Amino acid sequence: MNALEVRAENLTVRFGGVPAVDGLDLRLAPGKIHGLLGRNGSGKSTLAALLAGFRKPDEGQVLLSGGDLGAPRSPYEDAVVTSRICLIRESGDLYDQVPVKHVLGYAASLRPYWDHDLAGELLDKFEVPIGKKVQKLSRGKRSALGVVLGLASRAPLTIFDETYLGMDVPSRELFYDVLLADYAEVPRTILLSTHLVSEVSALLEEVVILDRGRLVTQAPVDTLRGRGASLVGPAAVVDELTAGLAVLAEQRLGGTKSVTVLGDLDEALLAKARSAGLEVGQVGLQDLFVHLTAPVPSKEARR
Amino acid sequence: MFDDRSPIYLQIADQIKNDIVTGALAEDEQVMSTNQYAAFYRINPATAAKGFAQLVDEGVLYKKRGIGMFVSPNARELLRGGRRDAFFADVVDPMIAEARAVGVPLSEVVRYIQKEEQ
Repeated sequence: MNALEVRAENLTVRFGGVPAVDGLDLRLAPGKIHGLLGRNGSGKSTLAALLAGFRKPDEGQVLLSGGDLGAPRSPYEDAVVTSRICLIRESGDLYDQVPVKHVLGYAASLRPYWDHDLAGELLDKFEVPIGKKVQKLSRGKRSALGVVLGLASRAPLTIFDETYLGMDVPSRELFYDVLLADYAEVPRTILLSTHLVSEVSALLEEVVILDRGRLVTQAPVDTLRGRGASLVGPAAVVDELTAGLAVLAEQRLGGTKSVTVLGDLDEALLAKARSAGLEVGQVGLQDLFVHLTAPVPSKEARR
Repeated sequence: MFDDRSPIYLQIADQIKNDIVTGALAEDEQVMSTNQYAAFYRINPATAAKGFAQLVDEGVLYKKRGIGMFVSPNARELLRGGRRDAFFADVVDPMIAEARAVGVPLSEVVRYIQKEEQ
């Protein structure tokens, strides 16, 4: 399998002294589909640009290894490494004065694993006219062209940074289908940066959650499903049972309190909660994501 | 299709078990490959593989090398036995609680059920 392993060590970028990515340590296992989740401004795009060698970190380093690269190398200003990384951004980064077919020609000459037949097949599926100039394409078709370039490059590290925002729902679903199909055929390391958590989460194997340039959590996505629980009932009982747990959010209405906690609740606590008449519910991934990246953390969550 | 409140691999396993209990999947019938399953339900292939592996561990599915996965010959009886054990706790007790809460006498519930027997 020609897939890259990604390592980031103490990765830091500052804009005017303000950190956008702040001392990040990270490892992306080769050959998996990873999700990069975070609110707007959490550092997702800066991180994607760093991993692809589009910019130099102020501190720390990015190291890529494995596949046909072998030993760890930094992507910045290394043409061999960057030819094996394909970052597709929402803006497209496309040379837009030329017809689509010329853009494909450039990609073919720059990408060592470019698959011409796949590109043609995908352009048909997304109905992108190859004779038209890129600047004449609608936003949706331009995004689709980005997706085609990203997949047909078959790069050992492929990053889609909100590429599909300009696409309507049927086109996004088509993107998810062709992504899974081509990944099954040629497994490689894929990073999907998005805030459409509920739409994308089933496609992922691992997830990285960023908040204000820092790592909130990295985990297999399936283990995060059901990791959060909500307890609702009389305030005094809820407080007693949730003391000492990582509380993500709380709400109060009269004498009733609702608390969202992180982590697996043990059987003894669950039994106690039920016998006290509390309502116990599981918190979905989307809600967990919202709580984990809340603008102002409650004092309990900071403990 | 899948909700995000519990691990998808467990939901996959439950769904296949349900298909076996209802007879939608016959014993010794081949199930979809993990890649087919992943494409069909638009989920990560590793997640699908984990769900299938769980069923192999439980003896519900078996593997034929190089061919694929099949429903075990005794899978239906195995699963029905498990569901029967849980039937009163999972189905009947909540029904009794609901009947009491809304004021339906249990004698009326019994009469209703007895009509089904005839």
